[in-house]
Amino acid sequence: MREIIIIGSGPAGFTAAIYAARAGLKPLLLASSVEAGGELMNTTEVENFPGFPEGIQGPELMLKLQEQAEKFGTEVVLDDVTAVHLAGDVKSVETGYSGTFEARSVIFATGSAYRKLGLHDEERLSGRGVSWCATCDGFFFKTKTIAVVGGGDSAMEEATFLTRFAEKVYLVHRKDSLRASKIMQERAFANDKIEFVWNSEVVGIQGENAVEGLQLRNTVDGSTSQLPVQGLFVAIGNDPRVHLVHGQLDLTAEGTIAVEGRSSMTNLPGVFAAGDVIDPHYRQAVTAAASGTVAALDAEAFLAALDQAEAEASDLVTAS
Amino acid sequence: MSNAKAVSDASFEADVINSEKTILVDFWAEWCGPCRAVAPILDQIAAEHGDKLEIVKLNVDDNPQTAMKYQITSIPALKVYKGGEVVKTIIGAKPKAALEADLAAFI
Repeated sequence: MREIIIIGSGPAGFTAAIYAARAGLKPLLLASSVEAGGELMNTTEVENFPGFPEGIQGPELMLKLQEQAEKFGTEVVLDDVTAVHLAGDVKSVETGYSGTFEARSVIFATGSAYRKLGLHDEERLSGRGVSWCATCDGFFFKTKTIAVVGGGDSAMEEATFLTRFAEKVYLVHRKDSLRASKIMQERAFANDKIEFVWNSEVVGIQGENAVEGLQLRNTVDGSTSQLPVQGLFVAIGNDPRVHLVHGQLDLTAEGTIAVEGRSSMTNLPGVFAAGDVIDPHYRQAVTAAASGTVAALDAEAFLAALDQAEAEASDLVTAS
Repeated sequence: MSNAKAVSDASFEADVINSEKTILVDFWAEWCGPCRAVAPILDQIAAEHGDKLEIVKLNVDDNPQTAMKYQITSIPALKVYKGGEVVKTIIGAKPKAALEADLAAFI
């Protein structure tokens, strides 16, 4: 049986692995088959990770984190977790193709998934103009007019990035102010190709085989309007990925895994959680990395306490 | 990148449209992270089901005509061609089991 299994391969998962590996726990990290590296794999320049004054490309940062985790003895498996059994002293984790793994402790660092608008035509037109990944798909919108929906940093980043390709980018937001950071807002405001559409939500997507336009509703007066665009990039936030632990771990009202105070401790002993899956607010690469550190240290302390309890129990047996 | 044979704007007609086999074309680009992630999975599917489904790749940067003709706006885009017609389109990188389920009719 292993000491520790880490599920997830974003900054939280790999940082937890670096700490656990340096503690000699030989962690197994289940990285997923197609999403290894997590959300940063689909970003470009990361400018706010300390230590990189020139910025670093998201995928490069993740490869470096992986390299650092492996250097100290982390075993990385590119497979998807299909089920977990967390109650009891032995935690088991089932994967798609690599079998079932057992460990005395588990860290969940499963991050979050893109939120969808929930519109009828969104799925149908996905890949036909509706996208969640500007870096993957922006290239196909050269000289086109597109819309980005959202008001946070990722919406600003996508809109700004997409102006490299698109003729014009509408930024549709349901309020009249943004929650994005100052620097990202200013960059978007200063960009001639970006036009803000305030107090508006997307209520419909038009187009038979490709996106042709959006139906918008004004959130103040309820009036509707049409916005002709050939592409729609959705950046309205993320939801924590907790489907594996439903019914096993306590969740918060916000849907994240509930942990005790500033620790990574869930309601089950030996089960820890870190990164975006416990964080509805900050959701930064560096806060996720810090959170991964906390989880690795908590797991290390838990395992040490288990070892000590077992040693004392066997001393008692020997003594009697 | 995947080990699949590369097809191009110039060879698409001969390699895909006029082929007698059922062919999956992986529309990809160097800068696309999910394309890199799905490539080894396509290699596995090719190794296991190559007798029924031939898998080839088309770089959308180098071959804009074909990408435009098939209205590619998201990659990876996996399109299955049979008798010159697109009979199935899969958008985005998916785990092997999900891809195999999507391709069940062809493998």
